[in-house]
Amino acid sequence: METPLTKYIKPNQAPLDLKEYEKTGGYEGVKKILKGMLPDDIIGLVKTSNLLGRGGAGFQTGLKWSLVPKEKDVAGVRYLVANADEMEPGTFKDRYLLEGNPHQLIEGMIIASYAIQAEKAYIFMRWAYKKAEVIIKKAIEEAYSAGYLGKNILGSGYNLDLHLHTSAGRYICGEESALLNALEGKRGIPRAKPPFPATSGLFGQPTVINNVETLSWIPHIIENGSDWFIKLSTSGEGGTKLYGVSGRVKKPGLWELPLGTTIREIIEDYAGGMQDGYQLKGIIPGGASTDFLIASQIDTKMDFASVRAAGSRLGTGTMMILDDKTCPVAFIHNLIKFFAKESCGFCTPCREGLPWVEKVLMKFEEGNATLKDIEILEFHTKYLVPGNTFCAHAPGAMEPLQSGLKYFKDDFLRHINEKHCPWR
Amino acid sequence: MLSEKEREEILEETKLYPFPKAACIDALKIVQHHRGWISDEAIADIASELSMSKDEVDGVASFYTRLYRKPVGRNVILICDSVSCMIMGYESIYDYISKKLGIKFGETTSDGRFTLIPNTCLGDCDHAPALMINNDHYNNLSIEKIDSMLEKYQ
Ligand code: SF4
Ligand code: FES
Repeated sequence: METPLTKYIKPNQAPLDLKEYEKTGGYEGVKKILKGMLPDDIIGLVKTSNLLGRGGAGFQTGLKWSLVPKEKDVAGVRYLVANADEMEPGTFKDRYLLEGNPHQLIEGMIIASYAIQAEKAYIFMRWAYKKAEVIIKKAIEEAYSAGYLGKNILGSGYNLDLHLHTSAGRYICGEESALLNALEGKRGIPRAKPPFPATSGLFGQPTVINNVETLSWIPHIIENGSDWFIKLSTSGEGGTKLYGVSGRVKKPGLWELPLGTTIREIIEDYAGGMQDGYQLKGIIPGGASTDFLIASQIDTKMDFASVRAAGSRLGTGTMMILDDKTCPVAFIHNLIKFFAKESCGFCTPCREGLPWVEKVLMKFEEGNATLKDIEILEFHTKYLVPGNTFCAHAPGAMEPLQSGLKYFKDDFLRHINEKHCPWR
Repeated sequence: MLSEKEREEILEETKLYPFPKAACIDALKIVQHHRGWISDEAIADIASELSMSKDEVDGVASFYTRLYRKPVGRNVILICDSVSCMIMGYESIYDYISKKLGIKFGETTSDGRFTLIPNTCLGDCDHAPALMINNDHYNNLSIEKIDSMLEKYQ
């Protein structure tokens, strides 16, 4: 089984430095494109590879790049931004790539920048990744001194500057338009769309924002082509995926597996199955803002289309396990508390609605809830939807709640009838 | 007044963006790095350095969770209270630390040694429960590990 993204990552060892990375074929992609590929050739290749964005939304990367207007149509600087904000509870995959193979990301960013003819690129990274900060800074310096960044890269006439920006911490900055505001030094609140970042992004200029895992793929696709990439997956969507599992399994962790590996394989073969004495009750497949799946859906393939068909989203692909000894109401309450705290406060339904939902869930935990409270929760899951809120934050928060109410209704009712949490 | 060093570091950051204002968050982080927190006076200094209004700088400073507008202890403990850490028992870790130091979330010990703050997921979920002290991550926590861990921070 091929694991292109993580092949050279050795846990608890320093990542490859520039020389070592070059020895594995690193930066050959940059040489290849600067010698003989036109930006449109690269975009075409990435399009045919069907590389779907690994940050959560699953938008086709080549298509995203192709929406950037040509230089003759829009003057001035264009930007590429690597979204390394990763603050979705339960998600720890980009951290592995940032700490484990920084040059792979930088090479991907150079190629992506060239494809959209960007002359400036930023890595927007979450503040908590202190080790990654040191590693990425060093790798950027190495790339500058080897002539892969800066003016006239490898004598091609192409210029690119790349900087690291570490955030000051807010979940909403992972939303791409909020990220742009944060990168401009402002409050990280989302922007109205349209205009989309491709036409008016960072500092009002054309901008592409891609996730770390997405960008790390680019050198490999340039080297091996789109057929190779598509064949890596078992589902035809293309590539492998970093899958993670946290919760009461025997060996929580992270694995690179073909896109389309089933939940069962990931939990049983890689995460070692459930811990003794615990049973699988639910799965949040891809970060806090994805709907629950339940134990009977364990044979669902973890790819974009299959998880959607099962009623949830692949999201980040790092799943959280709800076991039978954890109260589902407490689990959901924790998620909602997170979303309420992290609301940017810009629009009223989210700013007022999420704390209300949080309070109602508290009543369940304290044993004071009534049937009316179920109605209040259900009302919010129907009201805090796209169109009623300014961004996807509040609707995202409603996904685990609405599926939780559907699958674990009995557990909500027990809190009402028994007047306390049956798990405490 | 900003120190020479702070001004120099802020100037370096402004070079990475098309105009100085865009380095606002970096400037706030620089000041916090040197002083531990961001006072009203520091807000005013940064505002004049970057040609912004004080309110604009304060608006930015008050938005981000890792910028402190109130004094904090010499060491800041950030306990992850997100869901994987909840399942794996962060509450007992919190209870132990809170009792040992005599402070709750949001408080600082009277000797100024520790501040305790709840934090969202730290990206350590496969080794939950997890926390950070200053820039250091600790994970796979159990109560037995805590005393010696805290000893390192005076
Ligand atoms: S939905 Fe929430 S996070 Fe999004 S803009 Fe409104 S208040 Fe901000
Ligand atoms: S949930 Fe605690 S580190 Fe992710």
